[in-house]
Amino acid sequence: MPSSVMPTSHQIAVSATGLRKSYGDKTVLDGIDLRIPAGSVFALLGPNGAGKTTVVKILSTLVSAGGGQAHVAGHDIAADPQAVRSAIGVTGQFSAVDGLITGEENMLLMADLHHLPKPEGRRIAADLLERFDLSEAAKKPASTYSGGMKRRLDIAMTLVGNPRIIFLDEPTTGLDPRSRHTMWQIIRELVTDGVTVFLTTQYLEEADELADRVAVLNDGKIAAEGTPEELKRRVPGGHVRLRFTDPAAYHRAATALNEATRDDEALALQIPSAGSQRELRSLLDWLDSAGVEADELTVHTPDLDDVFFALTGGPATVPHQPKENVR
Amino acid sequence: MSPSLAVRDSNTMLRRNLLHARRYPSLTLNLLLTPIVLLLLFVYVFGDVMSAGMGGGGGADRSAYIAYVVPGILMMTIGGTVVGTAVSVSNDMTEGIIARFRTMAIHRGSVLIGHVVGSVLQCIASVVLVGAVAVAIGFRSTDATALEWLAALGLLALVALALTWIAVGMGMISPNAEAASNNALPLVVLPLISSAFVPVEAMPGWFQPIAEYQPFTPAIETLRGLLLGTEIGYNGWLAVAWCLALSALGYTWSKSTFNRDPK
Repeated sequence: MPSSVMPTSHQIAVSATGLRKSYGDKTVLDGIDLRIPAGSVFALLGPNGAGKTTVVKILSTLVSAGGGQAHVAGHDIAADPQAVRSAIGVTGQFSAVDGLITGEENMLLMADLHHLPKPEGRRIAADLLERFDLSEAAKKPASTYSGGMKRRLDIAMTLVGNPRIIFLDEPTTGLDPRSRHTMWQIIRELVTDGVTVFLTTQYLEEADELADRVAVLNDGKIAAEGTPEELKRRVPGGHVRLRFTDPAAYHRAATALNEATRDDEALALQIPSAGSQRELRSLLDWLDSAGVEADELTVHTPDLDDVFFALTGGPATVPHQPKENVR
Repeated sequence: MSPSLAVRDSNTMLRRNLLHARRYPSLTLNLLLTPIVLLLLFVYVFGDVMSAGMGGGGGADRSAYIAYVVPGILMMTIGGTVVGTAVSVSNDMTEGIIARFRTMAIHRGSVLIGHVVGSVLQCIASVVLVGAVAVAIGFRSTDATALEWLAALGLLALVALALTWIAVGMGMISPNAEAASNNALPLVVLPLISSAFVPVEAMPGWFQPIAEYQPFTPAIETLRGLLLGTEIGYNGWLAVAWCLALSALGYTWSKSTFNRDPK
């Protein structure tokens, strides 16, 4: 498998230029460029309907691209899909296990389809079931598994062929917090084995936790790409938010603090601030001396949420979103 | 991909389908019930009238009608069994595991081949079971030689293959199990309006073409000829031609549907 990877591209696990896809006259992907170094975790972040799943489907050879080019593990996805398939493992958004047979039978099915010798297949199946905490349920039909167990079985099946590149489409959607943390742990372990992970998520926290690089997909286009740190630096810094219940106090504060951004509807002010103790104290001192009392004071440091909402236009009702951030 | 890997993957898929059938036998058994009930109904309830109507003249002697109806019932068994194939193909296609198969470096056709071979094997098993019931209630082949028995089995397998490919195509285009079962209904209804239960000549004139120009009638007449020594005539070639045409049609249809981009 990896031996067939061309030496020139062996540092890049996935690359794409101008990927397009439309269904009917609806454009889902409108020119996607990607470059993912081998051995890294790449997160494709985006709201529902942004086209994340379509990107995964195209790169994993499930559907054909409407335009553009892509190489996965050094192989052209259109010209040599079978070579791509032998290098990748895919865990889709919807459970890809056979519910009618047991977890163990699912694993052995994968071993057979990877043409492993019987004893080796059995050993790998047992090891993976053990590693994903499924040994006890191995003899039960997969349809009786909980959501988290199904997802673990799904990933275990993906790992049977020892893929070098793994696609995970929303691996934690619909999981309870505990299963979600288990899944994160699993993904981190994969990377330490040198595997490239391409994951999609709508959770910013998840991208922040796991990914070396993040691309924000919005409306079929990559709105931004970089490390989580780089992306956070792209939006204006933090701020302090003051909320009032008394309109008179709000107006007094607003006229005095002319650097603040006003939100007249919510009776809230946003003052740019890094949130340091000194800055906060001077702000509080000023409020005291002016005789203004805010009902609520919150300190806000930028996170991927800000990046996300800034880049995707965000929900119009996000209260702490400074207007100047919206492009 | 080398042919040996194609065989290996298809074999893996076949084992998966047989495992399904073994784990969940209710679908197969339900479908078996229809031909057995019809066989008993036509022999024990309508049998006397039918025998009399056929000019057997014996009145109480049902054996003539048993002999007449069994070949049709066997063909109907195949029609019923492949309805199950359409349902399980449709179920399978809505499962996420098919997407997984499509992203694996396996022989692409193995998914369908597994279904087809599994279905033909199930058809043969069903035919043997229904045949055993027929023998138990008094069906006897009159003068079939070993070669004719072999030809009869070959014909049944060929019909099973043809109807299976059609059923696979029907399963592929059905969004769910109910739709698949409805779409495959003609495969159960067609034998009813063939020469399975009454000779075509006994039907009303306007209806005779419908019974005559459909795949089940020549297949049933050929089976009758092989097992009971009646005149086969050109029915043998007609049956084989129907089977080959239906197989080719079902194969092309299923394959192009499977190769289409999934939603």
